[in-house]
Amino acid sequence: MPTTLTEPLAPSREADLVAERSAARRRVGFGVATALLGLVAMLAFGIGSESGLDAVFVLSRSSDAVQIPDVTVPARATGLVLGVVVAALGALLVTGVVRRRTFLVFGVGLALFVVALLAWAARGDDISIIGLLDGTLFRATPLALGAFAGLLCERAGVVNIAIEGMLLAGAFVAALTASAAGTPWVGLVCGMAAGVLLGAFLGVMAITYRVDQIIGGTVINIFSLGLTSYLGTQVLARYTDLNDPGAFRAFGIPGLERLPLVGPLLFHNTIYVFLVFVLTAALWWGLFRTRWGLRVRSVGEHPRAADTVGIDVLRTRYRSVMLGGAVAGLGGTWFTLDATGGFNENMTAGKGFIALAALIFGRWHPVGALVAALVFAFSEELQTRLALLDTPIPSDFLLMTPYVVTIVVVAGVVGRSRAPAADGQPYVVE
Amino acid sequence: MKVELRGITKRFPGVVACKGVDLTVESGEVHALLGENGAGKSTLMNILFGLYRADEGEVCLDGEPFDCRSPAQAIAAGIGMVHQHFMLVPVFTVAENVMLGVEPTGPLGRLDRVEARRRVEELSDRYGLAVDPDAVIEDLPVGVQQRVEILKALYRDARCLILDEPTAVLTPHEIDELMAIIRQLADGGRSVIFISHKLREALGIADRITVLRGGEVVGHTTPAETDEQALAAMMVGRDVQLVVDKAPARPGEPVLEVDGLVVSDDRGHRAVDGVSLTVRAGEILAIAGVQGNGQSELVEAICGLRPVDAGAVRLDGRDVTGHDPRAMFRAGLAHVPEDRQRDGLIGSLPVADNLVLNQLDRRPFSRRSVINRREVRRHAARLVEEFDVRTPSIDTPVGNLSGGNQQKVIIAREFFHADRLLVLSQPTRGLDVGSIQYIHRQIVAKRDEGVAVLLNSSELDEVLALADRIAVVYRGRVVGVLDREEANRERLGLLMAGAVEEAAAVEATGEEEVTVT
Repeated sequence: MPTTLTEPLAPSREADLVAERSAARRRVGFGVATALLGLVAMLAFGIGSESGLDAVFVLSRSSDAVQIPDVTVPARATGLVLGVVVAALGALLVTGVVRRRTFLVFGVGLALFVVALLAWAARGDDISIIGLLDGTLFRATPLALGAFAGLLCERAGVVNIAIEGMLLAGAFVAALTASAAGTPWVGLVCGMAAGVLLGAFLGVMAITYRVDQIIGGTVINIFSLGLTSYLGTQVLARYTDLNDPGAFRAFGIPGLERLPLVGPLLFHNTIYVFLVFVLTAALWWGLFRTRWGLRVRSVGEHPRAADTVGIDVLRTRYRSVMLGGAVAGLGGTWFTLDATGGFNENMTAGKGFIALAALIFGRWHPVGALVAALVFAFSEELQTRLALLDTPIPSDFLLMTPYVVTIVVVAGVVGRSRAPAADGQPYVVE
Repeated sequence: MKVELRGITKRFPGVVACKGVDLTVESGEVHALLGENGAGKSTLMNILFGLYRADEGEVCLDGEPFDCRSPAQAIAAGIGMVHQHFMLVPVFTVAENVMLGVEPTGPLGRLDRVEARRRVEELSDRYGLAVDPDAVIEDLPVGVQQRVEILKALYRDARCLILDEPTAVLTPHEIDELMAIIRQLADGGRSVIFISHKLREALGIADRITVLRGGEVVGHTTPAETDEQALAAMMVGRDVQLVVDKAPARPGEPVLEVDGLVVSDDRGHRAVDGVSLTVRAGEILAIAGVQGNGQSELVEAICGLRPVDAGAVRLDGRDVTGHDPRAMFRAGLAHVPEDRQRDGLIGSLPVADNLVLNQLDRRPFSRRSVINRREVRRHAARLVEEFDVRTPSIDTPVGNLSGGNQQKVIIAREFFHADRLLVLSQPTRGLDVGSIQYIHRQIVAKRDEGVAVLLNSSELDEVLALADRIAVVYRGRVVGVLDREEANRERLGLLMAGAVEEAAAVEATGEEEVTVT
């Protein structure tokens, strides 16, 4: 048989078709989803809605330094117009006129859909947009802190599904110690300490004894829920003085808080919101610009490589997990020192798991995690606002929204994000 | 740097990995450490690099005793190691990998990337390594990744460089480049320890050669005083026949036809990119190529272990694309997988059970889901005898056997029913010379029975020894199919490196020495 030589190595036609097909499938999927949203907006918020009613969007509160006038829109027309625009975006995707940045187009479509929804829900009434955004930021705080805790652990290669338990422990300890000491600052520090302890416990299981990390994390979650519930009913319920921690007050950054819209929104808050912003920047800089970050990431990606250049893998992991515990503990104190002013049984209610989803949706990146936390928080806040506006949507469906958003995002978008390579793998020193 | 190991002994539970090993490497010398797998080469080097502690003996660097407890200490003392499996973080850049552990920093531990990049560039230029400090590791070819490993050692100012099986993943051309780099480093006064089981390479590069067998030094020599035959005898401990006897093939009808196959790897990247092949009854078609060019994915797709994105697989003219492994087994496929411990055997199960893993659902081994132990044992006893598996009993867990005998268990199981198509992936990787000879003879015997054999091997010597035809793959594509007579080492090497046009110009010489290493 003679030698057969093929032509130079351009990618083959068959293989190109395969790649194209999967991109096309994704594009059409998002396109159909976008078009459906547009149709719903057109039919339900436009055609199906009563005519002649206006919706008022309130953009500032009476206490704000700069007053922004309210925006009034005709509800039915808004629903119709936005519905048409969203459906058109969907059509652009399906027909292939727009081929790149499919997720961005979908995101814009979703945002416009939400505006149409708000206009419909507030028809003949008003809705506080500033309140909606402010509430989003408020709710995003524990999610972002929880996600940062997970980020610190997973970047070093330890899966942390114990965020929930760490939040709960932080909340309980903060309520107790702040009540006893009479200042929330003591609660803040002790709550973080509780997180560090649980982090160390996770470290002992996951790093030293190489217990399956999902099981180790579950142990902590169950332990934390059981212990705080028991102590809550046995101790706090009996000695109510011990469940009166007082709360952090909101304060403004001089000057910046007087800016229109963003001033009251971003620069007049409790310490927690400011801490979230500071931590986002600090984690980004720390992880990607410093020696500490390079070493943490190397341990999460390829621990043996780190070991052979003299980095102590186990110690690095312990430090990261305990630091993550501290951040989760901090997030936990938010529940008692900012949100409610007292401890209730299981008050974190699954926030730790949504934080974990935010971490994955945010692609193991601090900025991504913050954005993801904001998306989840917005859906929660939207749900409570819609419930107050007395819409005909059954309240059970509204209550589902944050969780549905979580599932859709994690299932649909996250498939493509890439975890640290050694995430969840114990390291054995030879 | 002069490195001396004196009387090094290292025991692991149940085995003595090194027994009183003496080794002296002068500065400016390339010293080859030869031996079969399990001879103790890696253990010895891990002791020098601080990964293991020796039970007895001492290490001296430039005449000073050196008690090494960790890689960090070894690095500080000027020892650099290029591991067989690269120790690089795939998502980091070259500069990040090189500086990891010894990072230049500013205030608050801020990385001084400018300084790191400058030093990487300087070293890369000085030694002609041609590495871009900002390239991300996972985008680089293996040959370049290896140069990054060397850079890592040089960045830490290593005066003794250990290279553990450095050529396993390289193309012949890359091997030549590596040899030039090694020579340059040695000429600059560094000492280089070159670990290998490939005789040709050791003879080509080394100033001196030390041969290990069973944890002991069996001899020191130089390339001038010895040849491949003598070295092979030292390594194995007896004379070895380096050539496989085989008659010319008598190919029959096509058995396996692969048509325009496209397959993705685990990360979703295209690994096999439109491959077409035909294997006929009574011939051995070898797939040659540097590791990681899609061979594994191709074989897995043929065997039903990996989804096919496009194209077709036909067995005896029947379309079997996307069949699961059991359906493939029924269609007449026998498969010896690449990673015997992971895919070929269940280590904790006895030899007997492993020998019927693929037939447990059929008579006579089971009936209505109940296993017939007597039949299983009778079958096992017969195969162990026939394929010369050295095992204390058929009830021994297969994981307790040596690598060669584990492979024989798989060979016995698969060859027993191989009457149409036999697919072999790296069938002799990591085995001793005796087992290799045995397995090679069995493969040729199957071919002579009229079985179609597809052999995937990254050992060029094995390919040349066994193949009737050779398909060279590069980046997921078949860049050439050669008859054995027109193939030689040089021509295959060029094809394996993707040099399509040049390969066409090289004249096939026809004669070729064939060795088993």
